[in-house]
Amino acid sequence: MTGKGKRETGKVLLEVRDLHATVEGREILKGVDLTVKTGEVHAIMGPNGSGKSTLAQVLAGHPAYAVTAGQVLYEGKDLLAMAPEERAREGVFLAFQYPVAIRGITNAYFLRAAVNAIRRHKGVEELGPVEFMDALEEKLKVIGWDSSYLTRPVNEGFSGGEKKRNEILQLAVLDPKLAILDETDSGLDIDAVKTVAQTVVKLRRPDNASVLITHYYRILTHIAPDVVHVLAGGRIVKSGGKDLALELEEKGYDWLREAATVA
Amino acid sequence: MSSGIEAQVLQPYKYGFVTDIESETVPPGLNEDVIRLISQKKGEPEWMLEWRLRAYRNWLKMPEPHWANVQYGPIDYQAISYYAAPKRRPKLDSLDQVDPKLLETFEKLGIPIDERKRLAGVAVDAVFDSVSVATTFREELKKHGVIFCAISEAIREYPDLVQEYLGSVVPYNDNFFAALNSGVFTDGSFVYVPKGVRCPLELSTYFRINAESTGQFERTLIIADEGSYVSYLEGCSAPVRDENQLHAAVVELVALDRATIKYSTIQNWYPGDEEGRGGIFNFVTKRGACRGRGSKISWTQVETGSAITWKYPGCILQGDDSIGEFYSVAVTNHRQQADTGTKMIHMGKNTRSTIVSKGISAGRGQNTYRGLVKILKGAEHARNYSQCDSMLIGDKCGAHTFPYIDVRNSTATMEHEASTSKIGEDQIFYAKQRGLSAEDAVSMIVNGFCKEVFKELPMEFAVEAQRLLGISLEGSVG
Repeated sequence: MTGKGKRETGKVLLEVRDLHATVEGREILKGVDLTVKTGEVHAIMGPNGSGKSTLAQVLAGHPAYAVTAGQVLYEGKDLLAMAPEERAREGVFLAFQYPVAIRGITNAYFLRAAVNAIRRHKGVEELGPVEFMDALEEKLKVIGWDSSYLTRPVNEGFSGGEKKRNEILQLAVLDPKLAILDETDSGLDIDAVKTVAQTVVKLRRPDNASVLITHYYRILTHIAPDVVHVLAGGRIVKSGGKDLALELEEKGYDWLREAATVA
Repeated sequence: MSSGIEAQVLQPYKYGFVTDIESETVPPGLNEDVIRLISQKKGEPEWMLEWRLRAYRNWLKMPEPHWANVQYGPIDYQAISYYAAPKRRPKLDSLDQVDPKLLETFEKLGIPIDERKRLAGVAVDAVFDSVSVATTFREELKKHGVIFCAISEAIREYPDLVQEYLGSVVPYNDNFFAALNSGVFTDGSFVYVPKGVRCPLELSTYFRINAESTGQFERTLIIADEGSYVSYLEGCSAPVRDENQLHAAVVELVALDRATIKYSTIQNWYPGDEEGRGGIFNFVTKRGACRGRGSKISWTQVETGSAITWKYPGCILQGDDSIGEFYSVAVTNHRQQADTGTKMIHMGKNTRSTIVSKGISAGRGQNTYRGLVKILKGAEHARNYSQCDSMLIGDKCGAHTFPYIDVRNSTATMEHEASTSKIGEDQIFYAKQRGLSAEDAVSMIVNGFCKEVFKELPMEFAVEAQRLLGISLEGSVG
């Protein structure tokens, strides 16, 4: 299961080279290398505290993280030189591990603002409320969800699972080139994991790519990643096919951690 | 964490221009002669002058109150000029005679007093310094029996109504600033809506301070007779000046049986610069009496301007089944200070009141909610619901809440909710990650926070309020 040959034809979308990053002066990423091509789905696994979420936040441009060394190219451009909103408008999407609530603003309003910010950036005409709702209804049908999410305030009073699903709804609507899902499957029941996975699969195209950060093998059974990486101690210590995930499920991370220390 | 949030960029106040117009200004200082002069200029009857003098003599004996959670240097009441008026005085019933400079001024402020450029369904009274310069749609309103004119005109033309109601809600000796206003008030609006009439237009007064070293002391009186309805909106602005200017207004509302008054304010006086230089001192007394059975008074305020805001629009719920409402958004950015809230005094049976207060503090702004809910002995089954929410932007500002509750009837039902939240880097980052700019993110978060209040504003003004809020907070995050 290595991506049905897509990997051979895809263009390099994201290239991370020797990335080092700190938070509050503590070095979390200690030289990450990662290449993602269009058409691919990558999974990043690894023990708690290995730097998975830090990698996601750094790629999205969270101001609390400082990049101390290395380079990130996105479509050949210097991603780290771009402001977070610019990265988003250029097609980088992060499904947050802990999405925040915005009181009084409906999901529909928020999504339209986001869609229009991106459209403005592309020089495409903005969508009015009616056109947007029509386009949204289409999208909802494609991913098989009802519209009750739209009239609720962004993540306000949402359960953990609803928040995660809401991230996936945003992913579907914004249709990015590079989607990074930061433990979107954590805290979801089995059915919800399946729905999330199916959505990711449905959105998969030869011109986009996804990076899934996860602790669990379960979601990968639905998605079939092209590459599985193990991030440990701030570095990618092993990469392989889908089978690597299964191996991790059985053996845990300790054997890799030891390998990393030796290396 | 707060590096970006703290970026302080001074947002130029967009209404800060000065109109170059010849005006007649009395020299600074306050004494009985000045009051006599004001009264004489307004062509007032003797009873009005007597009332003013009584107020002034009381004021002399009153100490300036300092219980509010605001700090400012001493106000020199003798350094203020108490009357300023454009020299070319138009006749109020003919817009053709209004000085084109004044028309232009209000045009620039987005307040067309030319009826041909009317705002849909809104009649405007434009007050420039101490005088009303134009009131639109008087004829149309007259057809319905609605009186909408400058208060100085009402004193001459409708003395019976004015004598009956002026000072009946806010007595001339009510408090220091109300007493000062009662002595020296120069203009303001008067509204009377007769029995059973639903006022066909939104009524609006726009107050503009222009002259230097002057104070503005307007007085508004609105009477809604039995079964009538009126929606009234006031707006205000002033030029950018380094000195502080005093604004001490009084607004009185009277709602008789089953009458409803909806009073909305968009307060945008000059707030001072980012170091706290200049700005309007806004000391205002606003009170409504729900005198009749089943009457209703609803206050909605959006306070974005002024260096100091001191105001507590309240309702005296005298009539059985009467309703009082207070919806407020107060924003303090840079060095602004606001101490604002409401007073709900329940006297009648089954009286109800609702308080929704949203305070937003940014920069070094200090925002205080101060509210009193009082249930008197006879107020059987009175109900109050209060909600006070504060939002902080950055870590150098402050939010304070002082809710006073005084219940003397055991059948009362009281609910109070309060919350404090902070716009964090995470919230802004989340919105940015979806492609929104920081400014749009803040504006969205703040507007979401204020939604319950904005929905109470008349449509056209809700849009204006949202825009104004965005401007007031521009530069508060990076």
